[in-house]
Amino acid sequence: MATIITIYSLLAIGLIASLVKSKEKTKKAFKIAGKAFLKSAPSLLTVLGIVGLTLGILTPETITKLVGSEAGFTATIFASIIGAITLIPSLVAFPLAGSLLRSGATVMTISAFVTTLVMVGIVTAPMEVKELGKKFTLLRNGFGFLAALGIAGVMGVLLS
Amino acid sequence: MKTIKKFIAPTWVLLVFIGLAIWMPDTAVRSSLVTWDYFKEMALIMPPVFILMGLMEIWIPKDKIQKWLGNGSGIKGAVIALVLGTLPTGPLYVAFPMTATLIRKGASITNMVIFLGSWAALKIPQLMIEIKFLGISFTLLRFGLTLLALALIGLLMEIILRRYPDKAWFERAVKETDQRIPEETKM
Repeated sequence: MATIITIYSLLAIGLIASLVKSKEKTKKAFKIAGKAFLKSAPSLLTVLGIVGLTLGILTPETITKLVGSEAGFTATIFASIIGAITLIPSLVAFPLAGSLLRSGATVMTISAFVTTLVMVGIVTAPMEVKELGKKFTLLRNGFGFLAALGIAGVMGVLLS
Repeated sequence: MKTIKKFIAPTWVLLVFIGLAIWMPDTAVRSSLVTWDYFKEMALIMPPVFILMGLMEIWIPKDKIQKWLGNGSGIKGAVIALVLGTLPTGPLYVAFPMTATLIRKGASITNMVIFLGSWAALKIPQLMIEIKFLGISFTLLRFGLTLLALALIGLLMEIILRRYPDKAWFERAVKETDQRIPEETKM
């Protein structure tokens, strides 16, 4: 909700300012927007479909089963792979992470899950490639994954 | 031919959905419901985002973006990128087209990696939820380490992309917008 209010208020301010300054240029802005929107539509649809698929397959119950309450190294690896692939809304992800932590998963496993979740986005990669290029996407997500593992390691040592 | 190529990926996704509907109907229903939810969200968010992008493209002068977020912007540029990223402005896919516009306008790669990273990992509403469920020390430590990592990744990517620029992306970007990309931001 906050998102929608923020974006629409920004839009209202921007549009009014633009219209006051020049109708011609505002029209041009709309043309650019329309073109960009049509060009991005296929990758947007792909991302939507993949997000739906991953969330439909990897339900909180399935993730709990995979990550489990085991404290082993395997659990941490599983957690980081699931985190890297999926895009889980924070209202679902953090309560899930909290309950996993209480049911016995280690801090390292939970931080691996959270850090890869927010730093690596495999399901959103089609859009990132479309807008920012293959190299940028590969580098950002690749380094992001390594950094996420490093952060998880440090947090696991410091917090337990 | 070009239009057909654009729809290859969505077609694959559709095929997976059809496969699921045949072999795992429960999962297919769940996936479709999630997709529908996200579709509604995108339908509300994406049009204003693209219009804002168009307005940015027209009104915000290149030299301003270069000054605020370009290569010479230093710590100030990084702080601007961080603050912009943490604002409650929605899911990450909203940020990709905006980032592309900013890069075309002269923002540095380092600052854009910080922008995207803080957008995804350090959003204020998200931090509130994190504090509630994982505690303040977890959240603060993750915040600090993530910020450090983002700055390092940004600097590293700046160096790599300057040495080995993404020519395909660059050519497409020039073709799709009528304007030239400033020399020093070529990737």
